[in-house]
Amino acid sequence: MRYLPLTTDDRNKMLSEIGVGDIEELFKDVPNDALLKSAIDLPSHKSEMEVETSITSFAKKNKTTNIFPSFLGAGNYSHHIPASVDHLIQRGEFLTSYTPYQPEIAQGTLQALFEFQTQVSLITGMEVANASMYDGATATSEAVLMACRITRRDKIILSNGLHPHYNEVIETNSRHLKLSIDSTSVYNKKALCELIDENTACIVVQNPDFFGRVQDFTELSETCHQYGALLIIAVTEIISLGALTNPGEMGADIVSGEGQSLGNPISFGGPHVGLLSTREKFLRQMPGRLAGETVDEDGKRGWVLTLSTREQHIRREKATSNICTNSGLCALAFSIHLSLLGEDGFTQLAKINHQKAIDLSKAIESLDEVELINETFFNEFTLKLPKPAISIVEEMANKGVLAGVPVKRLIPHDIDMENMLIVAATELTTNSDIEKFVTCLRETLS
Amino acid sequence: MKKNSNKGLQVEEPLIFEQSSPGACGVDFPEMEISKNKLGGNHRVKPIGLPNLSEPAAVRHYLRISQKNYCIDSGLYPLGSCTMKHNPRLNEKMARKPGLVDIHPLQPQSTVQGALELIYVCSEWLTKLTGMPGIAMSPAAGAHGELTGLMTIRAALEDRGNPRKKVLVPESAHGTNPASAQMCGYEIESIPANSSGRVDTEKLLGRLDKTVAAIMITNPNTCGLFEDQIVQVADAVHEIGGFLYCDGANFNAIVGRVKPGDLKIDSMHLNLHKTFSTPHGGGGPGSGPVVLSKELADYAPLPFVVKTDDRFELIESAEDTDKKPFGRIKGFHGQFGVFVRALTYMLSMGSDGLRQASGDAVLSANYLLAQLKDDLSISFEGPCMHEVLIDDRFLKDTGVTTLDFAKAMIDEGFHPMTMYFPLVVPGALLMEPTETESKKSLDNYIDSVISLAKKAATENTKHFKDAPKYTPRRRLDETAAARNPILRWKPEKNSKNNSR
Repeated sequence: MRYLPLTTDDRNKMLSEIGVGDIEELFKDVPNDALLKSAIDLPSHKSEMEVETSITSFAKKNKTTNIFPSFLGAGNYSHHIPASVDHLIQRGEFLTSYTPYQPEIAQGTLQALFEFQTQVSLITGMEVANASMYDGATATSEAVLMACRITRRDKIILSNGLHPHYNEVIETNSRHLKLSIDSTSVYNKKALCELIDENTACIVVQNPDFFGRVQDFTELSETCHQYGALLIIAVTEIISLGALTNPGEMGADIVSGEGQSLGNPISFGGPHVGLLSTREKFLRQMPGRLAGETVDEDGKRGWVLTLSTREQHIRREKATSNICTNSGLCALAFSIHLSLLGEDGFTQLAKINHQKAIDLSKAIESLDEVELINETFFNEFTLKLPKPAISIVEEMANKGVLAGVPVKRLIPHDIDMENMLIVAATELTTNSDIEKFVTCLRETLS
Repeated sequence: MKKNSNKGLQVEEPLIFEQSSPGACGVDFPEMEISKNKLGGNHRVKPIGLPNLSEPAAVRHYLRISQKNYCIDSGLYPLGSCTMKHNPRLNEKMARKPGLVDIHPLQPQSTVQGALELIYVCSEWLTKLTGMPGIAMSPAAGAHGELTGLMTIRAALEDRGNPRKKVLVPESAHGTNPASAQMCGYEIESIPANSSGRVDTEKLLGRLDKTVAAIMITNPNTCGLFEDQIVQVADAVHEIGGFLYCDGANFNAIVGRVKPGDLKIDSMHLNLHKTFSTPHGGGGPGSGPVVLSKELADYAPLPFVVKTDDRFELIESAEDTDKKPFGRIKGFHGQFGVFVRALTYMLSMGSDGLRQASGDAVLSANYLLAQLKDDLSISFEGPCMHEVLIDDRFLKDTGVTTLDFAKAMIDEGFHPMTMYFPLVVPGALLMEPTETESKKSLDNYIDSVISLAKKAATENTKHFKDAPKYTPRRRLDETAAARNPILRWKPEKNSKNNSR
């Protein structure tokens, strides 16, 4: 078996050094009736060629966004990933190393994390960022728990514009911690302001929101701070920060986000990378790992994991979170992609995304029965169709267009959402894709 | 001061922020006319402050820093409890296959039948290997799996009318165990180890009453030993109406040989990035599916895949099922790309190969134990499972600490063993060789460990205190890092630093 270097001869020599007759003897502490005497009834080992054939057979049954024009977004976005990103993250030194617990021989990972933290701080407009969370939903949930610890309050307000998965994860994670959640039916900043009172720990908004709308939350942050509450701004499309005023400038206290759009393929929803940044004064309540700068014995600059007294391996049940393994390699992909883009490329990429969405919105104007509900958007927006969106999307998929995300799939209870469709455009969207979308939607509706 | 402090292949590499070349860009875009924006006046006006680099400059930067890492590709990585085994590149190739890497989580289910089938097949392997009927595939890592498992237990207890108050956790447990139990709203009671390195069953059973929701046991435990009383513990906790959670981080020691379901475990997470060879990537991404007993299976969180007569269906809403999912713990459907890698590995190894892998892992650890027992202090009598625990008695009166010993291992060309964990013995050194090392590689490691132990005994403390000497950086000042946290680069500081 190709992954097992020990030969039969090696095994025999080792057994005799140990002083036992066979490997089974080493399992003597296992209750005898639980110790299996032969292999479990599953297929036996296979060559690389055979395995490739098996896995390919799954792949062939899927319609992919690379072949069919795709307008899917709602939290995951198809973007072009420069070739060097994937090449670099597959270097064994990054791919096959562990969490950098021995800093002298993990300076590569630590420096990359330090740079990642800096990049996340910069684009979100915050003072500090951690070394990653699992994904946008769990990062936002951790941000909420963090806000409750900071304010020592237990009331959480969730905007109607927050991604439904994020909403559900927050609800699930706060249920046993005696926190109360107000999932409001409003998303507008003025309406949200009125919900805040002196018991509010935090309010969570998304920008651009689940429906694609862009808002300025400065006023909301001011109201929050007046009442001693914190403003959490979630960002699911991180490319938007190349074009928009960042959450820090709007007065956010914590920014949570999904970093998938930089460097990470959609990959059916994971693995991706959660982002979490905040103000320096809240640092001690932050969950997750942090890389920090220091010096070695010779006075040379280097990096270590730091402030680990917040973390589970030191503090156990008193830790700020149970998180251990996070999204190291996805964070690295994010970071390399952003380094390749730089200030100019990131700005340009955001502009192109926005322009593609404008092009798409203009093309849709020719469809009389379809209404664009957004006044503002970045690279995705919501359409109101004359018929239920789920069946339209299904029909369009049969015709070879992946038309977008029917809102009802994520918000099944709300009848008003029945006809709503979220569509996204990115730099990968071509004019021909847009034409196909419009033609196919017209046909399907007629 | 000399500007160039490079030494051959050891190259000093500044931060990416210190290498900006205004006007450079590593990505080209097509020219594009930009029309009036629809951002509602929220367009950015201030610069972000990101550095600009060409592609060659960026590639060189990351390649150079990568070379400052030790990795399993470069050598034995005996980090106990972490399972640093070989990461097959076929896993990576499969995860990047068109048709898997480029599908969106919210495509119509009819267009992703292959992906749903893959999740289903992967979960079937995991439930068969563990002998457990239920599974939650969406947890993103081990700790996330623990939390999910406990939430499943809590949901089942709530359904019976009382979630109860406490979770019992042995002191040898990973720190994630008590942290997860706390996040699930439980009080934690710590249970000591007995003199043989296992949970003190007598004390444990003495703490059992109807306020106990669950016991969390790691098996094999973090001392590298099989908890031989586990079935009795399971019976006792079931007797009082509680559940047995097992931390499955060490499943690699028993996969293919013991089904946790036969040990009467109710819930257990599996670290796909440990047992099933998906890479650690310098700290993730992982994946932590949780297998569940019959009593808990219905409470698994959304979403999950079911097989109907002619298709695979992803259940995303509680209304679409008769089961009682407790909620949602992650965006979308779990770490799909990691499932592809793990399934690739399981298909490659097969049932026979997985059984051989656990056998070889345990054999290799016992070989270390046998070879090291005369020169180092083995904490508990063997046989051990996949890892061997050593404490610092062999360093007594030498002036050398566990930390010093570990750092000296670096100068020998090895990644150190896990240090100071578990907490049940003083100055722990936990070694896990895994099944993917050759005998020659193990022998080299043993030689280095023994020669260092002898060196420590001859009072050559300077050798240890000075270690590591041959690394890109020598010992780093962690106290200073924590006292005055510098967690990001800042331009002001940069101009000062770069003035030399």
